[in-house]
Amino acid sequence: MEQNAVENGQPQLNETEAEERFDVTKQVSYGRLIYLRFLRNHAAVVAAFALVFVYLITLVCPFFAPYDPNTRFLEKVAHPPLLPTFIDADGKFHLRPFVFGTVQSRDPKTMERVYTEDTTQRFPLQLFVRGDEYTFLFWDSDLHLFGAQDSPVFILGTDTQGRDLFSRILFGGRISTTVGLIGVAISLILGIVVGMASGYLGGAVDSIIQRGIEVLLSFPSLPLWMALSLSLPRHWSSIRIFLLITILLSIVGWGGLARVVRGMTLAVKSEEFVLASRMGGGGTWWILMRHILPTNLSYVIVAATLAVPGIILGETALSFLGLGIQPPMISWGVLLQDAQKVSFLSQMPWLIAPAFFIMATVLAFNFIGDGLRDALDPYSNF
Amino acid sequence: MKTYILQRFIQMIIVMVVVMLVSFIIVELPPGDFLTTLREQLTEQNVDPKVIDSTVEMYRARYGLGENWFFRFGKWAWSLMKGDMGYSMQHNRPASELMGERLSLTIWISIATLVFMFVIAVPIGMLSAIKQYSAWDHSFTFLALLGVSVPSFITALVFLLLSVTLLGATTVAGLFSPEYVTAEWSWAKFVDMLKHVWIILFIVGLGDTASTIRVMRARMLDTLGEPYIDTARMKGLSGAKIYFRHALRVAINPIISSIGLRFPQIISGSTIVAIVLTLPLIGPLLLDALLGEDVYLACSILVVLTLALVIGNFLADLALAWLDPRIRFES
Repeated sequence: MEQNAVENGQPQLNETEAEERFDVTKQVSYGRLIYLRFLRNHAAVVAAFALVFVYLITLVCPFFAPYDPNTRFLEKVAHPPLLPTFIDADGKFHLRPFVFGTVQSRDPKTMERVYTEDTTQRFPLQLFVRGDEYTFLFWDSDLHLFGAQDSPVFILGTDTQGRDLFSRILFGGRISTTVGLIGVAISLILGIVVGMASGYLGGAVDSIIQRGIEVLLSFPSLPLWMALSLSLPRHWSSIRIFLLITILLSIVGWGGLARVVRGMTLAVKSEEFVLASRMGGGGTWWILMRHILPTNLSYVIVAATLAVPGIILGETALSFLGLGIQPPMISWGVLLQDAQKVSFLSQMPWLIAPAFFIMATVLAFNFIGDGLRDALDPYSNF
Repeated sequence: MKTYILQRFIQMIIVMVVVMLVSFIIVELPPGDFLTTLREQLTEQNVDPKVIDSTVEMYRARYGLGENWFFRFGKWAWSLMKGDMGYSMQHNRPASELMGERLSLTIWISIATLVFMFVIAVPIGMLSAIKQYSAWDHSFTFLALLGVSVPSFITALVFLLLSVTLLGATTVAGLFSPEYVTAEWSWAKFVDMLKHVWIILFIVGLGDTASTIRVMRARMLDTLGEPYIDTARMKGLSGAKIYFRHALRVAINPIISSIGLRFPQIISGSTIVAIVLTLPLIGPLLLDALLGEDVYLACSILVVLTLALVIGNFLADLALAWLDPRIRFES
């Protein structure tokens, strides 16, 4: 975890400024101090909002997606993205954005499908349109955030089977982002339990656990994941495969977290308050849960935040290779499978769009992790 | 020093045995029997039944199939030590034959990526720290964070997209020009590879280069705040001397000691990049083996890659102990 190296070297504050800051610290609690420090990091705040947005639209994806991910528009196969505009062919401005109709034809030489915009046809976008039916948390509906009457809207184009890519990205995002959270939760539990045991008990237990983690970390993770995914029976339902893939990802990924926790435990276990608790008759479990865990929790959360991208990318890479999430379930990695073929990519460059969603999510997690780490740094000025 | 080497060596042997055991268990996990599959495959290929029987018998004896698992593991481990990687059911050839050149190319490319990473990341990180909050620093801090967030297979896909749409390429850029792909190794082939390999090093190494820049910058800032740097300045040493002789030597330490953790990542990265760009590395072979349920081949690849890493780490530890006296006296 080299990323945990503390970045300091902030400009020295002059005295009056330092006094003002000191006053601030006198008035606020520790939690509020961290919150205020976090707010100072604008990139992290923006990232936090972006991440909430991503999780919101992917969680409620049936509503935000204009179509069902499996709806096929057979006359609109491999349709390029069509962005809504405000200005029509005559240069007239319309307050309500609209999309032009498209006409399919074949390139006489290459026989590829070509879509040309028909600027005489205008389809205004509408909010809250009725469309494909879906069930969200026992709640049946057919309401979608946006759409257009009489014409489909493909803001990111369609794939080789005529399915709306944007809708599929939202549905895929639900799986990919969930894998990250569940995976980290499992890693976190394993890492905390094993790391604390290793650091607090010490001795032979510590050496055995540390050697074990060393073995785990010496495997190249992707080939190991690939080999492990082979052991999952192919005929299982996709939901079971999804859960098992998540577990596999966290089984390989908890080692780093356990090391962080062990280091923290070692640093705290000889502190006076731990000693006092032991002299007061506190048992091992009590001391670990009541004293050592709360002291370290904030750092562990930072480490966990920075571990989420690794798990999301692991799932994406595995699914991309066809070894992870299995259709009909969709994840960002599954969507990128199509982009792997040069022939597809050259005709439909928009198929790479899921990559940007992956990058944005991972970037957001990294920014937030960085921001949290700086906010928790006791040596930073504030 | 001798005890330290011995200690690390014994540790390495233990790690190796456990790695082999874990890999063996992974191979044993999937349901189905190797001999049954082999027999079916050979029958499909219309091989003479007598040959089938003798082949199956040979494998039964060689791997001790049908015996208890401990015995089988011993047999398998022993044959692996002797360089027998098992038999590929898909290709009907010994696994070592299939791996051969791909494996050495993979390891060489990984080492080259590591070197590339050092050469690029250390100067950039250093300069970012020296010129903190300059335009250079801000742009590279941002680029590094971006680089950390982009997995190598996406970089490879974007590269593919760019070469397809901008350059109009119809095939994937490989490791060699078409005329050299099947050619014997020669100086001309080597030079040809150098022309192609840098882009692959860039794609595979981007993430690790980015995070090394971040670590280097942070460590350099820490070091530049130390009192002995002020002392050096007061003595009137030139900037270059301070930065290179006093600061760099201390700041670079964690980067060298992190080689052991970087190397597995680079191997992972090169595996998937090789699959996306169809390079003649070990990655596509591993994927093929996994999808074709060719367990012995897959497992051998996993073991060999990991053993290469373990040995690499051992060597890196020795180098570090040689460089930094604190480490060998600590233990």
